[in-house]
Amino acid sequence: MSPTEATLEITDVALTRGERALVAGLSFSVGPGQLALVTGPNGSGKTTLLRTIAGLAAPESGEIRYGGRPIAALEPEERGQLAYQGHFDGLKKDLTVEENLLFISKLRNSSDSVSKIMHGVGLSAFRDRAVRHLSAGQKRRAALAGLRLSGSRLWLLDEPLTNLDSAGRELVASWIGEHLDAAGTAVIATHLAAGLERPGSMLVEL
Amino acid sequence: MPLRSFKLVFARDLRIAFRRVSEWGNPLLFFIAVSGMFPLALSPDRLMMAAGEGELYGLQSLGIGVLWMAALLSALMGLDRLFLSDVEDGSMEQLVLSPAPLLSVVYGKLAAHWLVSALPLIFLVPILGIVYQLPAPALAMIAFAVFLATPTLTVLVAIGAALTVNIRSAAAVIGLIVLPLCSPILIFGARATVLALDGDAAAGPLYLLTSLAFLAVSLGPIAIAAAVRVGLE
Repeated sequence: MSPTEATLEITDVALTRGERALVAGLSFSVGPGQLALVTGPNGSGKTTLLRTIAGLAAPESGEIRYGGRPIAALEPEERGQLAYQGHFDGLKKDLTVEENLLFISKLRNSSDSVSKIMHGVGLSAFRDRAVRHLSAGQKRRAALAGLRLSGSRLWLLDEPLTNLDSAGRELVASWIGEHLDAAGTAVIATHLAAGLERPGSMLVEL
Repeated sequence: MPLRSFKLVFARDLRIAFRRVSEWGNPLLFFIAVSGMFPLALSPDRLMMAAGEGELYGLQSLGIGVLWMAALLSALMGLDRLFLSDVEDGSMEQLVLSPAPLLSVVYGKLAAHWLVSALPLIFLVPILGIVYQLPAPALAMIAFAVFLATPTLTVLVAIGAALTVNIRSAAAVIGLIVLPLCSPILIFGARATVLALDGDAAAGPLYLLTSLAFLAVSLGPIAIAAAVRVGLE
């Protein structure tokens, strides 16, 4: 897949949760180097949209394509180009920070150095501590370190700034900037767009 | 890649299991308590009279049934956590979305679970069999039959666990789904043990247990992977 092809296209998508219709006729596309900020009040379907783009749920109608192919039909390697960070950190509480990150790195065939990334999120001193003993903000940092390890081109982030202190928020914003500068793509759901907005970012209101 | 992700998940789950001893230790203690306490509720003299034949025959054949049922029930204990813990902390989402095939992830989880829950049971069953005065050939046979039965049991219970990840207090529901499905392994496993007790050849039920194990291990994980995927929606 060449970078120019790696565009996320959402065409006429309708989403429901249970019996309730959330979104109808939603269309937008984000290409390499672009950021889409999905905003809206609580319960407007931001999380459902992100989970649907990730392929965890199917849309009620409409099409979601990445690199020209339906999201559900991606090959395993192409699926590796996509990273999703939801409300949950996706870390095992009984394993240490380092063990969790090593697992993600091996699962994702990452070539990045785990200790360098731990240093980057300020968790070097906590590498041997079980995740259950970390604070909520530290867990979030560790989860985002895992995202960074994945080396994926399309980031789908659901409220990535939750629980982070101001230094953490700045760190995430700078990572997103680096990701976009490296021709990555990002779709970020947040009820507070401030702090993540960049020149040229697209606003999708639900 | 499939083998690599199998090994990764297998090693991860084993490591977690060693840090959460109570999760797999409690079912084993439950098995010891149930099968060890059962004789206290029996009247041995009446059992001997009822059996008529050898003095111990009544206790022994009852013990075989008790051991198999207790093993079955202990396998059901705590199994609602098998997939739920991964779903709750979001790591299942990450596994499903990773490039690793979900099927090899499921095999890795099942293999790790079998190792920590079923393997100790295989050694415990013959030890508890001594309580029921089972002779050596029957002890060896029950250990071997439990060894053949546990892969099927693990897969069946995992299907129940995967189908109920969205249900609150799933443990009881898993029992209702899985227990009836376990009746073939209960029948063949107990039959093999009784045959060994009588000094007869037990090949027939052992073949059936083995074929059930192959069937469960080859097809079950496909159903489990599909159920996990649906459970995440």
